[in-house]
Amino acid sequence: MKVDDVPVGEGRSLACEGEQVAVFRLRDGSVRALGAVCPHRGGPLADGLLDDRVVVCPLHGYAYDLVTGEETTSGGEPVRAYAATVGADGEITVDATLP
Amino acid sequence: MTVLDDAPTSTLPALVAITKAKLVVIGNGMAGARALEEILRRGGGDLFDVTVFGDEPYGNYNRILLSNVLAGIEDTAEIYLNPLEWYADNGIELRAGVRVVRVDRFARVVHADDGTAMRYDRLVIATGSRSFFPPMEGMWADDKNLTEGVFGFRSLDDCAAMLKYAKTARTAAVIGGGLLGLEAARGLQNHGLAVTVVHATPTLMNAQLDDTAGGILRRSVENIGITVHTDARTKAVLTEGGRTVGLSFADGTSVACDMLVVSAGIRPNVGLAQRAGLTVERAIVVDDHMRSIDDDDVYVVGECAQHRGHVYGLVAPLWEQAIVLADHLTRTDVSAVYQGSRMATKLKVAGVDVASMGIKAPEHPDDEFVQFSEPRRGIYKTIIIRDGKLVGATLLGDTSKVAFLIQAFDRGLPLPEERISLMFDIGTPATEVGAAELADDAQVCNCNGVSKGALVACVRGGEKTVTGVMAKTRAGKGCGSCKSLVSQIVEWAAGGDIAVDPSANWYVPGVPYDKPELMDKIRELQLHSVSSVFAALAPEGKEDAQSKMGLASLLEMMWADEYVDERDARFINDRVHANIQRDGTFSVVPQMKGGVTSVEQLRTIADVAEKYDVPMIKLTGGQRIDLLGLRKEDLPAVWADLGMPSGYAYGKSFRTVKTCVGTDFCRFGVGDSTTLGIRIEERFQGIAGPGKMKLAVTGCPRNCAEALCKDLGVVAVDGGKWEIYVGGAAGAHIRKGDLLATADDPDTVIALTGRFLQYYRENAKWLERTYAWVPRIGIDKIRAVVVDDSEGIGARLDADMQKAVDAYVDPWSEREDPVTPGQFRTSLPLTVLPQVGRR
Ligand code: SRM
Ligand SMILES: Cc1cc2nc3c(=O)[nH]c(=O)nc-3n(C[C@H](O)[C@H](O)[C@H](O)COP(=O)(O)OP(=O)(O)OC[C@H]3O[C@@H](n4cnc5c(N)ncnc54)[C@H](O)[C@@H]3O)c2cc1C
Ligand code: SF4
Ligand code: FES
Repeated sequence: MKVDDVPVGEGRSLACEGEQVAVFRLRDGSVRALGAVCPHRGGPLADGLLDDRVVVCPLHGYAYDLVTGEETTSGGEPVRAYAATVGADGEITVDATLP
Repeated sequence: MTVLDDAPTSTLPALVAITKAKLVVIGNGMAGARALEEILRRGGGDLFDVTVFGDEPYGNYNRILLSNVLAGIEDTAEIYLNPLEWYADNGIELRAGVRVVRVDRFARVVHADDGTAMRYDRLVIATGSRSFFPPMEGMWADDKNLTEGVFGFRSLDDCAAMLKYAKTARTAAVIGGGLLGLEAARGLQNHGLAVTVVHATPTLMNAQLDDTAGGILRRSVENIGITVHTDARTKAVLTEGGRTVGLSFADGTSVACDMLVVSAGIRPNVGLAQRAGLTVERAIVVDDHMRSIDDDDVYVVGECAQHRGHVYGLVAPLWEQAIVLADHLTRTDVSAVYQGSRMATKLKVAGVDVASMGIKAPEHPDDEFVQFSEPRRGIYKTIIIRDGKLVGATLLGDTSKVAFLIQAFDRGLPLPEERISLMFDIGTPATEVGAAELADDAQVCNCNGVSKGALVACVRGGEKTVTGVMAKTRAGKGCGSCKSLVSQIVEWAAGGDIAVDPSANWYVPGVPYDKPELMDKIRELQLHSVSSVFAALAPEGKEDAQSKMGLASLLEMMWADEYVDERDARFINDRVHANIQRDGTFSVVPQMKGGVTSVEQLRTIADVAEKYDVPMIKLTGGQRIDLLGLRKEDLPAVWADLGMPSGYAYGKSFRTVKTCVGTDFCRFGVGDSTTLGIRIEERFQGIAGPGKMKLAVTGCPRNCAEALCKDLGVVAVDGGKWEIYVGGAAGAHIRKGDLLATADDPDTVIALTGRFLQYYRENAKWLERTYAWVPRIGIDKIRAVVVDDSEGIGARLDADMQKAVDAYVDPWSEREDPVTPGQFRTSLPLTVLPQVGRR
């Protein structure tokens, strides 16, 4: 998936070796990746509003740190965080090996 | 065990607790039950074997809240103070529904109407009062029964009877413009009756208010649609076939009414005491220990007691009496004396805050009299000072300073030199000082008898939010007039814990300005997009996810077609023009103007539902059809197949206009509600706002389209006119709308609707619905701006609304080409997803 497939400031879901990952493209052009499914009640994180720190789940408003995956509003369960990079060709790569 | 002996004035035999003395309480109202609670609190359960006789067939309830029950705000079940189990749990025998008919003081026996004869050692008389019915023709059907349609307002049974009768009535009259009369009027009005209040003197609530205050209160009451006749001496109740049909007055005029509430004062229930040979003047005369002056074994408490010449008709003094009575009766403190109560009251009457204490007007030439009056906003304040001490005050419409005033009045505190600071916060004793200075035992909530100490204890116990404290203590859950004081005390008690949150007034959490400031800055710097607002105005230019939606809405409102719409600032619903659901699917609600549909529409909807395998088709509460459970990726195709515009059931925007069939078909219709509703929806469709805007137009005052509880509701009334109500709600919050204006024709309705909505859009806080905004600004102010154009901004509001109307584009036309890559790609469940490489 190319970085241009993700609109600026939004997220899109993709599959990475069977895992569901939400990729976010920040306004500064960098990308982040989290598990796509909200640990709260399964909300689609890629549909959330985001800034340069967190994404807010559209269903009940839990917010997840885009780097660590921690829930920041009330210490809810964290979501898995991945390292994501954009190659010179604009291709997005997600590192699913990180713990 | 406690031994009762050497009781000096008592004829009680020396006794140990095993042979408990017999205590009989007559009257299970607010004073009787409170006295019992105080007695139990002092170990009275070990001293006495208690029987309570109560004429009313219930446990003990909060009489004050009958106003709320009548208004339909509170359910009967919610007003019980002590349910029947409470009596059993405390070993008290309650004879509910049994009336005491005779007290034989010499045999020390009470006789009840069920034949019971019961001995007592101590007797408490707490028989309260009853409604007074002034003698007049037509009031009574016979010796015992009121004419059909005539009611008193005193008991739960009165309330139930009124509520039942009101269902078939359209108009009501209330005799008496005091506290109770106005509450009755307001209550019945809530049930849709047209209400007239008839008051014998020139001034409403003349027991508490002077003429000016009464005049201002009258305006506030009339503004909510209640008719007031003062100086009206009622001569007779007019009847037809034994039913009430009206009232006639001494000057020969009359009014028609289907029902009548008489609240022309109360009379203490003293017949029993009189027959028992106790001294009765205006009520049963008591000494400073709350005992009858004739019999040391008979205590009297509540509205049936007369102490040092005073008979009290409000609950606060009763609580004080109950404490003295219990102290003395249980011998906890035989020196306890009741000194009388200084009458300070804080009430909410027909929605208006009223506080009054001491005298109403200066009495001596040297009395200082400070007066402030702002009739337009319904605010009036007076303060009377004698020898540097507060001896009287009246506050109407704004009772924010009442805590300090009551305190100063009760204790004769020294007063600030600058007297005006007793009325307003002008950099002088802030309101928190009032909270801090208030004595621990000072009663804050009169309805539920909650003291400052109880609130503070609750905070110390770990409850740090105002709502939490209110829920736990029930403070503020009665008439609501003490809410601001409760929050002040909670904030004060919590100290630093409830830090004053400067962001509370910000329009959105991430940009440190309130709405007017923010709008000024946006205009000044010409910021047309959400990202530019963050860059220019947020701390360190940081964007904030939680603020985006509010800013997007604000900018769209301010700039209309010049708004630079960044899709990432939108909530998912607004990105895909549908409402996200619990499983990540979406619902689709096509526009159906005024709730009117056609064969073609229905057929199309049915076809679409079938084609896309819609899991549920449902009629909504907004008079249209909802297709639920659609997949995001199907949305554009669904819209194309529907070929109908969006109903905006997902946005903080103009939603629906519900209508009723009106003159088209209904035999009662007096205005063409469907046509007007459709016109309104056509004009304002999709307009963004700080909150949802839901409207209704109904064809007659039967109000089948529920227009009284809408953000804006229009009611056709006889004579081709239309009443416009604003600020109504029936969702998380229930509120009847305030009458904004009565318009002569549909065009005027549309013009005023546009101007009102624009004024709301510009001034309400983010997510503040009209039900909160209208009372915050005040209907008088809104009417002045919207109807009378008092600020000269009418034409500008109209023009800005027109600009918004012109900028409308059906969002469902966004279906051929996605606006952003993957706009309608699913985010869950992830079945067919593009794959990426893995490192
Ligand atoms: C579909 C519908 C229920 C139904 O099956 O009838 C509905 C469904 C929802 N309502 Fe509603 N409301 C619906 C009529 C109402 C009504 C009645 C009315 O409009 O006449 C009310 C009370 C009137 C009012 O708003 O004052 C109503 C008061 C609410 C509230 C409380 C608002 C308040 O401040 O009091 C919310 C929550 C909110 O806005 O934050 C809400 C929120 C919601 C949401 C959008 C919750 C959400 O954010 O997901 C529901 C979407 C369900 C879904 O999956 O699509 N809904 N909701 C109704 C759609 C009406 C329409 O055609 O547009
Ligand atoms: C609608 C309404 C709103 C009010 N609002 C406020 C307010 O906002 N603020 C305020 O301070 N006050 C308010 N009041 C006044 C307040 O309710 C009274 O002051 C208070 O209830 C008086 O208490 P009480 O025990 O003396 O009388 P009651 O509460 O009337 O109790 C007397 C009880 O004795 C019973 N009884 C009488 N005779 C006998 C008998 N022979 N045998 C057995 N039982 C008998 C009666 O049935 C009754 O249950 C309001 C009153 C009403 C009716
Ligand atoms: S009342 Fe409204 S918000 Fe609540 S479940 Fe029903 S539709 Fe959803
Ligand atoms: S599912 Fe994400 S917050 Fe509830």
